[in-house]
Amino acid sequence: MLSRLVFLPASALKSSGSLGAGLVQAGRCLHTSPQTQAPVPPLPEKSGKVRHGFIPEEFFQFLYPKTGVTGPYVLGTGLTLYMLSKEIYVINHETFAALSVGAVLIYAVKKFGPGIAAFADKLNDEKAAKVQEVKDVAVKSLTQAIDDEKKEQWRVEGRNMLFDAKRNNVAMLLETNYRERLHMVTNEVKKRLDYQIQLQNLHQRLEREHMVDWVEKNVVKSITPQQEKESIAKCIADLKVLAKNTQAKASL
Amino acid sequence: MISVPLSEKKLLDVKLSQLPAWAGTRDFTPNGILSAIRRGHDRYFNKYINVKKGGIGGIAMLLTGYVVLSYIWEYDHIKHDRWRKYH
Repeated sequence: MLSRLVFLPASALKSSGSLGAGLVQAGRCLHTSPQTQAPVPPLPEKSGKVRHGFIPEEFFQFLYPKTGVTGPYVLGTGLTLYMLSKEIYVINHETFAALSVGAVLIYAVKKFGPGIAAFADKLNDEKAAKVQEVKDVAVKSLTQAIDDEKKEQWRVEGRNMLFDAKRNNVAMLLETNYRERLHMVTNEVKKRLDYQIQLQNLHQRLEREHMVDWVEKNVVKSITPQQEKESIAKCIADLKVLAKNTQAKASL
Repeated sequence: MISVPLSEKKLLDVKLSQLPAWAGTRDFTPNGILSAIRRGHDRYFNKYINVKKGGIGGIAMLLTGYVVLSYIWEYDHIKHDRWRKYH
């Protein structure tokens, strides 16, 4: 029979992938190829249903269409009776050991099962909460970073206005400085021109006075004593005439 | 209903008459057997054990299978404890 297996088609050989060293205890396939970028699906909430602790529910569903609800139980009873009667299952000392152990196990599971399940769930929840907290902290810090970044961008816009205001200030300073210097220049030039005017005035006055003094001096010099006596006599004569005139006018 | 080639049908969909033909299409190389064991293990593990709230069924079924298998292996020895010789 094995000789037939030698002539298997090549496609069947291709489908059998090579296993890694030892059986890796991984439940879901690891993302080894770069194409699977989808997020890993979450764990299922409950396991497959199992009735009476060790018979899968699918068996009951499989027999339900043909035999109804009691089918599997009748099958179980029939099989047990067959195995007992034909002694395929032999009742010996191990049977009683198995029954005692089974009883104790069932009692223990029924009594402590829910407690242990709750404890395990609590452990799992704590683990999940810790990881979730790490993720939440990371997300929060990142959103905070985003908000800070947006605020900085908003501040930069404000900085433009600040620069405009500063530019205006500087322009105004320059303007005032220029006007001050303009004033200073005009003042200085005016002072210089005034000085020149005063200088000219002074010159003219000095010349005039000098000339007047010189003319007076020459005139005084030219008046000889003879002329002085004559002029004085004339003046006296004039005065007498004048006095006579006024006396005459006053008596009139 | 689109027709699926025999080699790709699942075991429960194969008719009884096609069973030998179907078995012929299966891969019985060591690699094939190991990968089949791996697939079976993954299916069982992901259905009954790798869940958030697993029950007793996951390990109970394994223990029951172990008990049954060990009984079958020891049957030749247990035969001697039979109560009657003829059944």
